Amino acid sequence: MLKDVRFAKSHEWISPVAGGVATVGISAYAVEALTDLVFMQLPAVGRKVKAGESIGEIESVKAVSDLYAPVSGEIVEVNSTLPDHLETLGKDPFGAGWIVKIRPDDPAEIDALLDRGAYEALIGSQPH
Amino acid sequence: MSDSVTPPLPRPTSLCETPLGQWHAAHGGRMVDFAGWNMPVQYASIVDEHLATRSSVGLFDVSHMGRLSVTGPGALDWLESMLTRKVAGIVPGQFRYTLVTADALAPVVILDDALVSRDTDAADGTPRMGLVVNAGNRERVVAWLRSRLPATGVDLVDHTLDTAMIAVQGPKGVDLVAGLSSGGDGARIRALGNYRGTTATVAGHAAAVSRTGYTGEDGVEVTVAAADAVAVWEAILAAAVPLGGRACGLGARDTLRLEAGMPLYGHELRADSDPFALGLGLAVNLEGRTFPGREALAMLKAGQPERVRIGLDLGSKRSAREGNPVLGGAGGEIGVVTSGSFAPTVGHAVAMALVAPAFASEGTVVEIAIRDARQQARVVGLPFHRRPPGGAKPPSAG
Repeated sequence: MLKDVRFAKSHEWISPVAGGVATVGISAYAVEALTDLVFMQLPAVGRKVKAGESIGEIESVKAVSDLYAPVSGEIVEVNSTLPDHLETLGKDPFGAGWIVKIRPDDPAEIDALLDRGAYEALIGSQPH
Repeated sequence: MSDSVTPPLPRPTSLCETPLGQWHAAHGGRMVDFAGWNMPVQYASIVDEHLATRSSVGLFDVSHMGRLSVTGPGALDWLESMLTRKVAGIVPGQFRYTLVTADALAPVVILDDALVSRDTDAADGTPRMGLVVNAGNRERVVAWLRSRLPATGVDLVDHTLDTAMIAVQGPKGVDLVAGLSSGGDGARIRALGNYRGTTATVAGHAAAVSRTGYTGEDGVEVTVAAADAVAVWEAILAAAVPLGGRACGLGARDTLRLEAGMPLYGHELRADSDPFALGLGLAVNLEGRTFPGREALAMLKAGQPERVRIGLDLGSKRSAREGNPVLGGAGGEIGVVTSGSFAPTVGHAVAMALVAPAFASEGTVVEIAIRDARQQARVVGLPFHRRPPGGAKPPSAG
C-alpha cells in the first residue's frame, strides 16, 4: 500500500482514492522529527478545505505544527481516537495513525504530489 | 506540517562550539543554534530526558554559559560596586544570584542575571571571584564590566572558551559526582550546602564543583579545563546510565526550569524588567549600597508594578507559548505568556506570564489566546513542581 502513497512537501501522506475517499496522515519522518507529541487538533467533519490549507495542529513539547490538506476536498471522517493515543503515530504512521479521510475535488491533484522515491529524495537531503 | 519539521538553514561557520560539541553530534544530539552556540536541544526525547533528571540524574552541557574570573586585590570591592547583590560579605566557596545592571534611570537596564562566587583566595591573600553569565549576554556583559574596570587592582578574564561546564542534576547527582572523586574530595562534595562550591578532582581531573543548577533539582555543576571535558563527561555519564540517568539537551533544561518556576533572561526577565514584580527582589540589595542602576531599582521597588509574574496551570495538553495574550474576565488583554510548555512531571501544560496585579491572586481564572483557540487557565503559585524535601540546606540571604 505504501508504494501507492503520495506525499506533500509538508510531510503529509495521502492514499489512492477508494470509493471516492482518500486517507491522509503524516510521514514517519515527520513523527520522528517532531518527537514528544502531546496534543493534536483535528478538523470538523464536513469541512471543505483547499490544498495547502491548515486542517489542524500537532504539538510537541517544543513547538506547534500545522497539518495541511494535501489536496482540496471535503473532510469526511477524522481519526477521533488519535488525539488521546498519539503514540499510535509513532507506531503505525501509515496505518492506524491515519488522521483524516478526505473526498478530493479532483483526484488528479493526488497524482501531482511526490511519489515515494521523490519524497525519500527530499528527506534524504535533509539533515536530521 | 510546518516549519518545525523543516530543517534549519545552513548554520553559519561562526557558530561557537563547546568542547563537547562534537561528542553531542556523534551521539545523536539534535544540534541547534542557541545564542550563537551549536548546542543539543535533545538526544531522543525531551520528556524522557526531563523525567530522568527528576527521578535520577541528567547531564547537561552548559559550557555555553559565560565563565568570568575577577581577581586582584580590588576584585571583591569592585564587584560590590557593580552588582545588585551584596558581594562584600561573601566567603570563599559561596555563590549568590545577582543581576548586572547598567547606569540608566528609567527604564532600568538589566544586562543579565548571573551567579557571583568567591573561590579560595590566591596565595598572596587577594580574592578570586567568579561570575557565570548567560551565553546570549556574555559579550555585552564583558564589554560593560571592562568599561568600568579600575586602572589597577582588578583583572577580568573570560574563561568561557578554555573551560567546560557540566550540570549534573537530579536526586542522584551529588552522590554520583562525589563517587567519582577521591577520598576527602567526595566527602567535601557531599557536604556542600546549596550555593556552595569547592575544588575537587573528578574522574581524575581538576574541577570546580558547586551545588548549583537550573532544574529545580538537587545537583552540582562541574567546571573543568576544556581539554578534560570529554573525559569527565563520559565518566559521569557512564556512572549515571546504570542509575537511569542520561545526557540531556537544552529542551529538557527549559521544561525543567519552567516547572521549577525559574525565570529565563530574554523571556521572563528582560532589560527593562521590574525585578520586584518578577519575584526577584532577593537578587537586589539596596541597603547602604551603591551600584549602577541603583536609583532605577529603588524607584521600581517604591512604585506599583504594571505587570507581575505568575504561574498558570492550563490543565490541558495544548500548551500556551511565549507571546500568547492573557485575557481577563471581560476578554480584555491583561497580560502575556512569557514561557509555556507541556510540563512532563506535572502531566499537562503550564505557563509563566506577566499580568496586571488585579489578576495575580492564586485561584483567579483567566483565558489564554492560543492561535485561534481560547484556553482557560488558573493562577497558581510558583514553582509548579517542588522536589521532595532533603538534600542540601538552602542558601543564606545576603
